[in-house]
Amino acid sequence: MKFATRLVQFDPAPQDPYRPMSTPIYQTATFEQLHADSFGPYDYSRSGNPTRRVLEDQLASLENGTRAFCFASGMAAIAAVTHLLEAGDEILADWDLYGGASRLLSKVTSRAGITVRYVDASDLSTLEAHITPATRLLYVESPTNPLLRVLDLAALGVLAKRRGLLFGVDNSTLSPYLQNPLDLGADIVIHSATKFLSGHSDLTGGAIIVKDDALAQKIAFLQNAEGAALGPFDCFLLLRGLKTLKLRLDAQQGNAARVAAFLAQHPKVDTVYYPGLATHAGYSVQQAQARGAGAVISFTVGSSAAALQLAEGFSLFSISVSFGSVHSTVCIPYSMSHASAPAELKAARPVPDDLLRLSIGIEDVDDLLADLEAGLSKL
Amino acid sequence: MSDKSQLPPLNLQSSTLAIHTNRAYETLSNSILFPIHQTATYIHETVGVTKGYGYSRGANPTVNALEQAISALEGTASALCFRSGMAAITTLCMGLLKAGDHVILSDVIYGGTSRLFQQVLGNFAIEYTYVDITNLEAVEQTIRPNTRLLFIETPANPTMKLADIRALANIAHGHDNLLLAVDNTFLTPLLQNCLELGADISMLSTTKYIDGHNATIGGSLATHNEAIVERLRLVRKTLGTIQSPFDAWLTLQGVKTLPARLALHSQHAGVIAAWLEAHPRVHRVNYPGLDSFPQKALAEKQQKAFGGMLSFELNATTEQSLRFIDSLKLCTCAESLGSVETLITNPATASHCDIPSAERARLGISDRLIRLSVGLEDPIDLIADFEQAFAVVFGAAS
Repeated sequence: MKFATRLVQFDPAPQDPYRPMSTPIYQTATFEQLHADSFGPYDYSRSGNPTRRVLEDQLASLENGTRAFCFASGMAAIAAVTHLLEAGDEILADWDLYGGASRLLSKVTSRAGITVRYVDASDLSTLEAHITPATRLLYVESPTNPLLRVLDLAALGVLAKRRGLLFGVDNSTLSPYLQNPLDLGADIVIHSATKFLSGHSDLTGGAIIVKDDALAQKIAFLQNAEGAALGPFDCFLLLRGLKTLKLRLDAQQGNAARVAAFLAQHPKVDTVYYPGLATHAGYSVQQAQARGAGAVISFTVGSSAAALQLAEGFSLFSISVSFGSVHSTVCIPYSMSHASAPAELKAARPVPDDLLRLSIGIEDVDDLLADLEAGLSKL
Repeated sequence: MSDKSQLPPLNLQSSTLAIHTNRAYETLSNSILFPIHQTATYIHETVGVTKGYGYSRGANPTVNALEQAISALEGTASALCFRSGMAAITTLCMGLLKAGDHVILSDVIYGGTSRLFQQVLGNFAIEYTYVDITNLEAVEQTIRPNTRLLFIETPANPTMKLADIRALANIAHGHDNLLLAVDNTFLTPLLQNCLELGADISMLSTTKYIDGHNATIGGSLATHNEAIVERLRLVRKTLGTIQSPFDAWLTLQGVKTLPARLALHSQHAGVIAAWLEAHPRVHRVNYPGLDSFPQKALAEKQQKAFGGMLSFELNATTEQSLRFIDSLKLCTCAESLGSVETLITNPATASHCDIPSAERARLGISDRLIRLSVGLEDPIDLIADFEQAFAVVFGAAS
C-alpha cells in the first residue's frame, strides 16, 4: 500500500465488537483481571492502553519499524532514550539540536554521570575522532533545527554500526512521510508528535520507534517504570491528526517551496536556510535520503532589531514556539525555542540573533507571500 | 456582585476548597467549569512576551487549575502535576539527585517505586538502602554523608505498616541537605497532611483517590520550599513529564468529590475490616482502625481518619485465597486503588511481583495476602459478595 493509503487503512479498533471507524478512547486507569494471579493483555494504563497501542502500532508501521512507544512529549521520549545509558557512558550529539534537547543532555543527563559531547556530525572524520570506548549513543536531527543543516544519515549509520554505537535520529522536522531514518541505518527514531504528526497544535506528545526487539523491550520497560506515556485522549487526537499527515504536508511543502524561492530573491533577506533550494549545501543529500524538504524555513535579515520588527509585524504568522501545524508560525530561535540551550553550546555555536524560523501552514500561499512582502518592505 | 476573577480565600474547609479553588478564573464566558486548554503552544503578545504560558510541556492553564486545587488541599503555595505517580517520583529524583547521592527507602514500598530505584536510577549511580522505618534508630544509622532523600510511604502498600512522619522529619532535619518525601497516596492530604507533620515533599499518585474514578493516570508533588518547586518545574519541562490537559481536567472534576468520597471510603472500610476480622475463615486483617492493629495510636495521632485501604489473609492456602478472589462478583480484581469501585488484588502476583518471594515474606507480603481498596458500594452488598465467595471456596458451612 502507498503511504496515503496506509495513513487511513489500518485496524482502528482491534477485536472491538462494534467495529468503529475511529479508535475508542480507553480513558481508564486500570483493567479487570480475569484471575487473581494473571493478567490479560492490559493491566494498568501506565504500562499499556488499547488506544495508545493502536497509535503505537500505526507509528511503527509508518516509520518501517517493529515497535513504537508514545510519550507525554518529545522531550519525554528523548529522556527515555538517554535512560538506556548508565553512569560513565558518553553521548555524541550534533551541535545543532533543539534547545530543549541540548538542555536535557547538558543539564539533566549529565547529572547522572553521563558525558555529553557536541560535535559537527556533518564532518565524519572529526566525529569519529571523538568516539571513545565509553561512547554509547550518537544522536542527531536532520534537517537540524533551526539551521536546517542536512546530515548524511546513511553514512552516520554505517559509522555508528562499525563503532558499535546506538544511532538515534530525531525525525520531527520531516515526519515518516518524507524520511525514514530506520531504513537509513538508525536504530532509534524520535518524534515530537506535537509537530507534523499531530499537525493541529492540539496536543503535546512524543514517540520512539525501533526495529530491534531487544531494544523495544528495554524501552517498553522504561515507559512503564518511569510513567511518562501519552494519555489516552491525546493518543486519540494524535491518531485523528495522523490521518491527514500526507495531505497537510503536501500542502505545507508546496507553500514552503514558494516561500523559500520568494525569500531567496528578496533584497531584504540575507540568507535562506531550506534544503529544498538547489543552492543549499545539503540539497543533494536531502534529495537522496528524503522525499521532500519539509515546511520549516529559516532566514536571516541582518540584525536582531529587523528580525524582531518583522516577526511582530506579521498578520498571518503567529509568533509561537513549536512548528508543523496547519497554521503558519514564526519564531526567533535565539530568544525563543533555543533560549534554553546550555551557555557553553551557545557560546561555541551561536544561533544567529537575526534568524527567523518559519513553519509554513496550509493557508493560501498568496496570502502568506503578501504578509511576508508587507513585512519585509517596511524594513 | 463579588469579584469572581479573584481566588477564593484559603481559610475554607477542605470540602469547600475542593470545589472552589479553581472555579473563578474563567471570566470570558463565566463558565462554571474551567476549560480544557488542549493546546500545544501559545501566541506571543510580542516576541518573547507571553501571559506565562509558552508551551504546554512547560505549563498549561488547565493543568495549572488542577495544581491550584492540589496546592489548596496540601496547604502549599504551589503544586506540580505529572503524567503518573511514577513520573512525579522520576522527576523528583532526576531533579534533586545526582550520581553518587544516596537515598533511603522504606522497606515496604510500592513495587513500581522499588523498580525505579533498582532498575532505572541505579544505572545512574544513585545509591539506595531499604530500611525498616518503624525502627528510628535503624533509620538514623542508615544515613550517610551523601544521603539526600528519605522516601517513605505511610500507610505502606500493602501491609499498612505506619511510619511516624514527625519523628522521621526530625531525624532528616538533623542532617544537612536531607529531605523527607512522603508518598501520601493512601490517605491524601485531607486525611494526613504530611507537610504539616514536618515532611518536605508530599507526593501523590492522583490516579487513586484524587481522581477516584479510574479515569486517569497522574501524579503530583507539593512542598513549601519554592526553590524546589522551581527546580522541579524546570526538570519537568526538560523531561516532558507534565500531566496532559484532558487528564488534568478529569482529575479536577474528581477532586470536587474527594472529601465526600474519602469520608465514605473510610466508613465502609471500617465496617468491612471489622466484619472480616470476626470471620472464622480470616486469619488476620491489617487496618489501622482496628484495635488489633499494633500502630493504631500512631494512626490516631497523625491521621484524620483510617482510610479506605486494608489487607488481609485467610485461614487458607495461597491457591484457595486466589480462588476466593476469582469467586467474587462485585469486587473487581484489578490493579490500582482508591476508586469508587471496590478493587481487590493479590500483591504477590500484581503490585509487588518484582520483589523476590523470600524478601516479600520477610516484609509481611505473603503469597496469600489480599489487598482490598474498599469502594463506595453499600457494605451490605460487599459483605454478601464475600459470603458467597467463601461458600464457593470452602463450602456452604463456611
